[in-house]
Parts: sequence; structure tokens; C-alpha cells
Amino acid sequence: MALEYYLVLSALLFTTGVIGVLIRRNAIIIFMCIELMLNAANLAFVAISRSLGEATGQVFVFFVMTVAAAEVAIGLAIIVSVFKHQQTINVDEVNSLKG
Amino acid sequence: MSKELIVVLLVAPLVGFLINGLFGKWLKGSEKLSGWIGTLVVLVSLVCSIIVFASLHGGAAPFDETLYEWITGEGFAFNIGFHVDALTAVMLLVITGVGFLIHVYSIGYMHGDEGYTRYFAYLNLFVFAMLILVLGNNYLMMFVGWEGVGLCSYLLIGFWYDKQSATDAGKKAFIVNRIGDFGFLLGMFTLFAAFGTLDFGTMFDAAEADNFQKVFGASTLVIATLLLFVGAIGKSAQIPLYVWLPDAMEGPTPVSALIHAATMVTAGVYMIARSAVLYEIAHTGQVVAWIGVLTAFFAATIALTQNDIKRILAYSTVSQLGYMFVGVGVGAYASGVFHLVTHAFFKGLMFLTAGSVMHAMANELDMRKMGGLKSKMPITHLTFLVGALAIAGFPFLSGFWSKDEILHSAWGSNPLIYGIGLVTAFLTAFYMFRLIFVTFYGESRVEPEVASHLHESPPVMWVPLAILAIPSALIGLLLGWGGHESWFHEFTKNVFPEAHHDASGNVLVFMAISSVVGLAGIAFAWRRYSKRAPSDEPTGTFHGLLANKYYVDEVYNALIVQPVKNGSHFLLWKLVDNGVIDGIVNGVAALIRFIGGLLRRLQTGLVQAYIISMVLGIVLFLAYYLFFT
Repeated sequence: MALEYYLVLSALLFTTGVIGVLIRRNAIIIFMCIELMLNAANLAFVAISRSLGEATGQVFVFFVMTVAAAEVAIGLAIIVSVFKHQQTINVDEVNSLKG
Repeated sequence: MSKELIVVLLVAPLVGFLINGLFGKWLKGSEKLSGWIGTLVVLVSLVCSIIVFASLHGGAAPFDETLYEWITGEGFAFNIGFHVDALTAVMLLVITGVGFLIHVYSIGYMHGDEGYTRYFAYLNLFVFAMLILVLGNNYLMMFVGWEGVGLCSYLLIGFWYDKQSATDAGKKAFIVNRIGDFGFLLGMFTLFAAFGTLDFGTMFDAAEADNFQKVFGASTLVIATLLLFVGAIGKSAQIPLYVWLPDAMEGPTPVSALIHAATMVTAGVYMIARSAVLYEIAHTGQVVAWIGVLTAFFAATIALTQNDIKRILAYSTVSQLGYMFVGVGVGAYASGVFHLVTHAFFKGLMFLTAGSVMHAMANELDMRKMGGLKSKMPITHLTFLVGALAIAGFPFLSGFWSKDEILHSAWGSNPLIYGIGLVTAFLTAFYMFRLIFVTFYGESRVEPEVASHLHESPPVMWVPLAILAIPSALIGLLLGWGGHESWFHEFTKNVFPEAHHDASGNVLVFMAISSVVGLAGIAFAWRRYSKRAPSDEPTGTFHGLLANKYYVDEVYNALIVQPVKNGSHFLLWKLVDNGVIDGIVNGVAALIRFIGGLLRRLQTGLVQAYIISMVLGIVLFLAYYLFFT
């Protein structure tokens, strides 16, 4: 299959993630959207790596997945403690950093 | 005379200062050790001074050598260098000799004081600074010593710093001296501008050369010498800057003896004697002599009515310093310095005896509460009597010779100065014996609880008194016999320019007049005060004026201190500091605050608002790279 299909799919996934982050108010959804963006990048990595016949991109993907796993651990912990503190995970109501 | 000898002489007290100053904490346990270290280093200097003196007396050439260059620049060089001639040798002997005895005395006097080691550290530092002052071969070295002794004077006046009056007196001395030092500095600048050097030798040679007169004229020297004299007025407590010296008596009494009677306050006289060449060319000696004689008279009149022993001695010192300035002012430099020497001994002695009285009287200084101390403190009484007789000009004692030489020279210069000086001599004899009769004679007015442990001072205190009493009595006779052909004049004749004063009239007549005047003063004091104490209340307007010291402190306060304070308060503090400086600082802060207020609108606290701006930014950059490059 041609490389373009994978890249288009990757771009679609990424855009979905960005739009999700921008318009959703639920912190967990936003979080999932970030994951979506990361995986879009992963898809592009793997596709390009395959087409170039080089393993470097695939190695990168492992790193990204590791980082994503760590991010999930920390991010969920943050969300839990925000909920404990504010009784909500609606990001519009979590605005105590307002200047 | 070698370089090493001079260095040892100078550095010994510095070593004492460093030991006592840096390791005083460890020495505190053994007070004696600290005191003796401080004393022994001065003894080392004294021995060196005697060697220096002996070699000069044996005909050695004056020593003048540069140790190293201190500050160099284009067209100028200031050196650390020493000049030792007869004048220096005399000063060295006075400083280390009187200094040594006062150190010994202090071991007893300061016994048990909280700041024992600190005291000896300061005292050693003072001796070091004073030695720099007299050893330096240029005005800058002299100035370093000049400031050094001023600092030590300040530290020692305010030695008991938990006493408000002592710290105030220290500040007063420092500030008043600063006015004089400012004059000294300007004088140095003027001299440097004219000569391009501050070295005594080079400068005096140049000043004597004919072409200097043509290039700069005498007016430069008139200005320079008068400015230097302003420095001397401050340091040596002359009108109008004498006010600090009586207050300086807040310090420990041995300090008053060493710094504020024998050595530091005579620095001005030394400076003028050292600059004799300049004063001769500039003809400003008359100004010096007039300030001197007026101070002598003025201070003597104040001393008439004081009841505090140390204050009487302080005004007496101011008065005697006036005599010295008359001496150097009328061109009788050797006589002025001679009086400096005799005065150092008898006034040092009298201060130490006053300290001995204080020691016995539980720090009481008011002589109305004394009386009849003669039987309780025989040695103190006797030594004080020697000092008082010497200052009063009793025939053949020290003051008689030196004061008479000055008066004689003054007659040749200006009979009016002589007349005022003679009246002052009468007043001197009167107030000194008023002090003696009220303190040591008559009925005891000592309070009972003090009287019960009234005692003679310990040997470590009275031995220095006894030793000092000998030169106080005899040094005048030894050094001054023969008037202007005396040993002292012979010894110092190469240092000073040729005396131009007219030594007219029969010396014996002058001596007779002085003696009669002195004895009359004593007799008058005996008639008035041998039986009764001074009255508590002033008996007339004039008496009140004198008792209040002519209200000089009050006038200075109203004319100078208060305007400066008000100026500082309203102009500098309220207007400049609060208005201008704080205004600028607060204004900058307010501006930043305003800009921040605008920018903080961006900080919504909404994460998504931030992300939108981020995404927009990325899109814009991407668009730019894709379509425009």
C-alpha cells in the first residue's frame, strides 16, 4: 500500500486529537485525545520507517510508547487529585491560575 | 641609625595591637599578660627611640630614606619613607617615654575592666599611628598617622560605649576633627599642586629656592599654610574647634593623659614646627600666634570656674596648647616644641594623678565633694603638686623655662601677645592651685561611704606617677638652662630655620616677671580657696558666663548643629530621600505594575485557551514555512 494512505490516516487521527483537546471539557477525554495525537505520530513513524526500510523510526515508537505510559500514570494521578480538590474535572471550572 | 632600627621602633606597637586585638579572647583569662604585652612592645619602641636619640646626639646625620613606593602614577609618586632628625627624636622620646609609663599605669587603672584587652589593643594602635605621624618624610605619611590617631582617639573616648555621654563625646571629637582634617587635606592638595610632591625635603628645598617665588608667588603658600593650620586647629583643639577636647574626658583617664594631653593634641604643633620653612616664607606665623594666645586666654578663663577635675585639666591643656602655638607662631619653633615636651610630662602627670584620685574616690570627679585628700593620698598629692607647680611657672621647674622662652619670644614679636600670655600665666597658676587647695586641703567633704575606703593607689599606679614627677620637675632645667643658647636649642638648631624674632631685653627680667605672676596666682588661689570650697551657684553674671563656658556649645548647637539637622530632616530626608529617590523607585515599580495589569488579562486560567493559542501559533508557523519559503 502506498505511504500516502498511512500519512493521511495519521493526519486525520492527529487532527481529531487536536480538535478533541480544544473542544472537550472533560479532562479525561482531553487526555485520551492527547494519546490519540501521540499514536498518530507513532503511525507516521512506523509507516515512514517501513517505506525507507530503516528501523530507526520503529525504535522511536517504543520510546514514545514508554513516555506515553509514564504520562498516563502521572496525568491520571493529577486528574484524581484535582478531582479530590475541586470535586470536578471540568477544565473550565479549574481556573484558579487566572491572572 | 639603621633602617631596621626605625622599622622595629615603628612596628613593635603594631605587633602589640595585633596580639591584643586578634587574640584578646584567649588572653582574657590572664588580664596581666595582655597588659604586659601591650606595655612591653612600647618599651621596645622606647629603647629604639633612645638609641635613635643617642646616635643623633652623638652627631649622626639625620636619617631620610624611602622604604618603598606606595602610590605611583604619571608624574607623581608617594612613598613610604621615614625622616628622623632632632625634632623627630624629641617627639619619639615623648611618645614612647610618656606612652610607656601610661601603659604601666593602665595595667593598674584598668584592672578588672570588661574591655581590658581591647583597651590595650587601641592604646598600642594609637602609639603606632602617632609614630607614623612623626616618622613620615612626607605630608601623606603624616596624614595617615594624623587620621590614625584621630581614629584611636575616637575609639578610646567612646571606650565605655554603653555610656551615652561617652559615645556622644567620641562622635563629637570625630566630627569636629573632620572639619580640621578637611583643611589639612586641602592644604596638602594646594602644596601638591604647587610643588608636585609632598616630600618634606624636596618641597622645602624648592620653597626656599628663588624661582619658586617667581613662579607661584607667596600667596599659594599663604593659602596652603593657613589650610594646614586649620588641620592643626582641629587636632590641637584651638579656637574655634576646641570644643571636642573637654568632652573627650569621657574616656579612661590614662587615655586623657596620653592622647588628649601629651601626644595627639600636640600633633598640630609638631606639624607647624615641621613645616617651619613654609610658614617662614608665607609669613602666616602671626595668625598662628594670635589664635594661640586667644585660645590660651579664653580656655584659661573657662578653667577658672569648672568644678570637674578632669575638665579643668582639659581646659588647661587647650590653654597650654595655645602657648605652644604662640611659640611656633612667632618663629620660636624650638621654644614651642620645648613647651610641648615639658607639657607632655607635667600634664600627663597631672592627668594620671587625677586618675589616681578618681580611682580612690569611686570615679567621683567633682572636687566640691573632695577636700582634705592630702593625708589620705600623700604620693598622689605630692606628685600633683609637682605638676601644678611646673605648669604654674614656679621658678626652676619645667613650665617656668619653656613658658618663659615663649613669652620672651612673643615680646620680641608683639608686646600685646606677650601681655595676654602673661595674664594667662597668672590665670593658669590661679586655677591650678584652686584645684589643689579644694581637692587636697581644707576639710574633707567626702561622702561617708566613699571615705571609708579612701586609699592610696597601688604601686603599679603610683610608681609611674613618681617617675613622671621627676622629669616634670627637672626637664626644664636640664634642657632649658641658658635660654636661647640652651641644650635644647643647640640640639634642634639644624631643624628649624634661623630664628628671626628679636630676643631683646634682659632674660632675667622676663624670668622675674613670670615668676612673680605665677606666685601671685598661687597666693591669690590660697587666699580664696585654702579654707572654703567653691560656691555651688555662680556668684555673678560674669561668673555664670564662665561656668557655662561662654555658651559656646549652645551657640554651635544653634548655629550649626540644628540647621544641619533641620536641613537633613526636611530637605534631605523629606524632600530628596522621600520625594525624589523614593519617588523614582516607586514610580518604576508603579509603571511595571501597570504594564503587568494589561498583560495579566492573557492569563485566563483556562487550559484550553492556552492550547488554542498554541495550536494557532503552530498553524501560523507551518503556513509560513509551507507557503512563503
